[in-house]
Amino acid sequence: MLLRHTPAEVTERHALTINPAKTCQPIGAMYAALGMHGCMPHSHGSQGCCAYHRSTLTRHYKEPISAGTSSFTEGASVFGGQANLLQAIDNIFTVYEPEVVAVHTTCLSETIGDDLPQIIDKATKEGKIPKGKQVVYANTPSYVGSHVTGFSNMVKGMARLAQSTGRKNGKVNIIPGWVEPADMEEIKRLAALIGVEIILFPDTSGILNGPMSGEYKMFPEGGVTIEQLRSAGDSVGTLALGEWCSADAARFLDTNNKVPCRVLDIPIGLKATDRFVDALRTIAGVSVPEEVTHERGQLVDMISDMHQYYFHKKVALAGDPDQIISMVEFLVSIDMLPTHVITGTPGKAFAARIRELTAELPVEVNIKVDQQADMFLLHQWIKNDPVDLLIGNTYMKYIARDEDIPLVRWGFPIVDRVGHQYFPTVGYKGALRLLEKILSALLDRKDRDDSEQSFELVM
Amino acid sequence: MISAHDNKAPADPAVIKEKILQKYPPKVARKRAKQILINEALENETPEITANVRTIPGIITMRGCTYAGCKGVIMGPTRDIVNITHGPIGCGFYSWLTRRNQTDASADGAENYMTYCFSTDMQDKDIIFGGEKKLEAAIQEAYDLFHPKGICIFATCPVGLIGDDIHAVAAKMKERLGDCNVFAFSCEGYKGVSQSAGHHIANNQVFRHLVGLNDEQKPGEYKINLLGEYNIGGDGFEIDRIFKKCGITNIATFSGNSSYDQFASAHTADLNAVMCHRSINYVADMLEVKYGVPWVKVNFIGAQSTAKSLRKIARYFDDPVLTERVEAVIAEELPPVMEEAAKVRPRTEGKTAMLFVGGSRAHHYQELFKELGMKTVSAGYEFAHRDDYEGRHVLPGLKVDADSRNIEEIEVNPDETRFNPRKSEEELAALEESGLAFKEYDGMIPDMEKGTMVIDDLNQYEAEKMVELLKPDIFCAGIKEKFSIQKLGIPMKQLHSYDSGGPYAGFKGAVNFYHEIDRLVNSKVWGYLKAPWQENPELSATYVWE
Repeated sequence: MLLRHTPAEVTERHALTINPAKTCQPIGAMYAALGMHGCMPHSHGSQGCCAYHRSTLTRHYKEPISAGTSSFTEGASVFGGQANLLQAIDNIFTVYEPEVVAVHTTCLSETIGDDLPQIIDKATKEGKIPKGKQVVYANTPSYVGSHVTGFSNMVKGMARLAQSTGRKNGKVNIIPGWVEPADMEEIKRLAALIGVEIILFPDTSGILNGPMSGEYKMFPEGGVTIEQLRSAGDSVGTLALGEWCSADAARFLDTNNKVPCRVLDIPIGLKATDRFVDALRTIAGVSVPEEVTHERGQLVDMISDMHQYYFHKKVALAGDPDQIISMVEFLVSIDMLPTHVITGTPGKAFAARIRELTAELPVEVNIKVDQQADMFLLHQWIKNDPVDLLIGNTYMKYIARDEDIPLVRWGFPIVDRVGHQYFPTVGYKGALRLLEKILSALLDRKDRDDSEQSFELVM
Repeated sequence: MISAHDNKAPADPAVIKEKILQKYPPKVARKRAKQILINEALENETPEITANVRTIPGIITMRGCTYAGCKGVIMGPTRDIVNITHGPIGCGFYSWLTRRNQTDASADGAENYMTYCFSTDMQDKDIIFGGEKKLEAAIQEAYDLFHPKGICIFATCPVGLIGDDIHAVAAKMKERLGDCNVFAFSCEGYKGVSQSAGHHIANNQVFRHLVGLNDEQKPGEYKINLLGEYNIGGDGFEIDRIFKKCGITNIATFSGNSSYDQFASAHTADLNAVMCHRSINYVADMLEVKYGVPWVKVNFIGAQSTAKSLRKIARYFDDPVLTERVEAVIAEELPPVMEEAAKVRPRTEGKTAMLFVGGSRAHHYQELFKELGMKTVSAGYEFAHRDDYEGRHVLPGLKVDADSRNIEEIEVNPDETRFNPRKSEEELAALEESGLAFKEYDGMIPDMEKGTMVIDDLNQYEAEKMVELLKPDIFCAGIKEKFSIQKLGIPMKQLHSYDSGGPYAGFKGAVNFYHEIDRLVNSKVWGYLKAPWQENPELSATYVWE
């Protein structure tokens, strides 16, 4: 037993978080920044943060993650980090020649109160930012929110580049939320199929799923360009996918640039994808092409074909609010029972949404959402009320092994499997893949557990 | 755009150094010039390198922070202590099982908290009003849930800034709990210039609060401690297997596969064998001053090095029984390893390697490459000090700079009851006379060939440039460096955490390493970088079916 000390009895904890279901803001900011073309993320603080974030993203994507750090030592912590950041901006533009530097703070620089806009302004005045290049920023103290809010803050930092010329560009902004490069690619594919011109930001496709060719490009071809971000202020509207990771930026564009926005769920599963496709169709005033309806039909077909294996199977989930909401809706829609649900990213609307989605289920549903919601509690719930399936990131594998429950790896980080960077889980095609993964996990388990008499060839 | 498959590399290291430096702003170039050294080590003279200095802001470094060195590296591999990170959630999360430290908690009722991540997850109100109360409550909650022997507290950056007195909280809770040893580490990430400061802070507190607590004599003969071995990929298991076979008793490993009681009993050993000099040499010194246990440098990376280190230990104990057993073990274990090396060698002979790892590994692993007939053309450390490069003789002359001054040095005196010199002055002198060097580490530079390049605190830009210009057959560093190097078509072996595989220490480990390097440098995948139509693009023509 790897988690041998976890007791079944749940006791109240107020101060100690054990096995968190979240991490800190800056890593989200770093991931979002990588979705800009030619961008060097920069971590303003001591160098461990940057090292940890780069390592975690590297392990998740199996791709190079470049990012700078202000490398604070004790002096900078006492006297302020301005000199370090100015030097860093100068060095980064000289040595790596990026188009844009995306600075985010850490708990260290936030606690001492470094003023990013002021320092960036100074860097501009001192000529440390070459002409035509940009520095964007986000405040991401780690003692507020989680990696999800950090992502959201940097996306808002990107939205600040938007300009309004008074002439609409006929495009739709799509803010995809914290999804994988493959998901961003899939969203672009769907929009192209439907015939909507979009500005997708951030867009990590082409950056974090790059080829091996004998060449190393610090700045691959992908990502949203500065020009596109500027133009986002002239778009006809914004679709924000995910209240937690995308809505802030969309509302900013709405208020600041008069670009109307709609906040949708991330299109994971049948219903959320339906709403996404429907929204795109109405915004663009086009009919949904047969090809998309066909993909939808294939998904419905698979749900009906294999329904007997999903029906009323209990699931425990831990992850990020936007993803979990869509996933829970999907599970309910195929008659599965999401029974224990945890997210470490706070937000009042979460529990209400999950309650609403699971209201009709014939089981008691445990929900915990706050900064202290952790996998230790999730594990305790599972000990008291066992489930058939786990859905979550790699850290869930310890629960999976101890309790002998199949695990579908999904979310962030996944450091022990590949595929998440290449195969989408959004859209109808993504839902097919999710379904296949869930089904394989359940059927592998059934094959393992069935007696010789009842061992099935055809399923 | 950099490609590693262009024309032949320039061989002149001075030209290479020049090429690397020319991209930097002048101030950066001046600083880096002192950390890039063209090796001209002669018999008794080692060139001087600048090391353990601040990382340049904005230059993509391989380094981590003090917290990572303290909580991740030193205390991470200890299984039965509850390690609570005091701070916002990130630091605790990232140091949650991310090094491949293995541990053996298979004994009945054994405690193992390594799979858990404990944090006070400080929120903004804790930063504003202080986090001491929350820390106190967290320690109590951990105690109530697990009743561990020990609870350790690790400070993250903001904790130092807001002035939480973690040591006072720890002392208070230790007193209150009674049967649980609670102590804390002021290992805020901004202290020092690299992980190295964190190793120091961790070791000091383990020495101060834990070593010496259990005087009970452990069974076994020829008792040693193994210092600076972290059981990555099971290295420590293999070393322990060899010790056992030789009849050597390992009282404590600092800190791979370690336990609370091992640390508490460390002062009962009769010799300290130091693997990673950087992370722990000062503990070896302190154990000698306080308890009278001498130390020697060992290296269990490489089959020949393993044999050499075993003989060194045997010579210290100076007992024909042990010497005979050690020789018998070497005679049994070494030949099959060398046979395996000989099998692999035709596929590795003459190939080149670059190693930029940790604070001893870039040195140690050169032994294994030598056994494969491979040459290390460039190497350096991520967080070393000058003595790791040049040898311990530079220590007295090292100036303590501002960044090192805030890393505590413990004043140690002989323990009133426990100090017991294991060898008399005369015995030590005689052993020295016979060639056994105590408190000695020559450093990496003297072991490297003339004209090789030694680079401290290598960064991503320089790594790519070195690969482009010197075209090694393999590159070794950490996970952050792995994939940019591999995009260039050069295999990259992680030697901080090994990616997968291991052990690579000891005899069986050496064989694992030979096979791993063979796999990497001879993988078919490196031949697939260009598609057929990219190899001969000019031969495009209409293909006629008819």
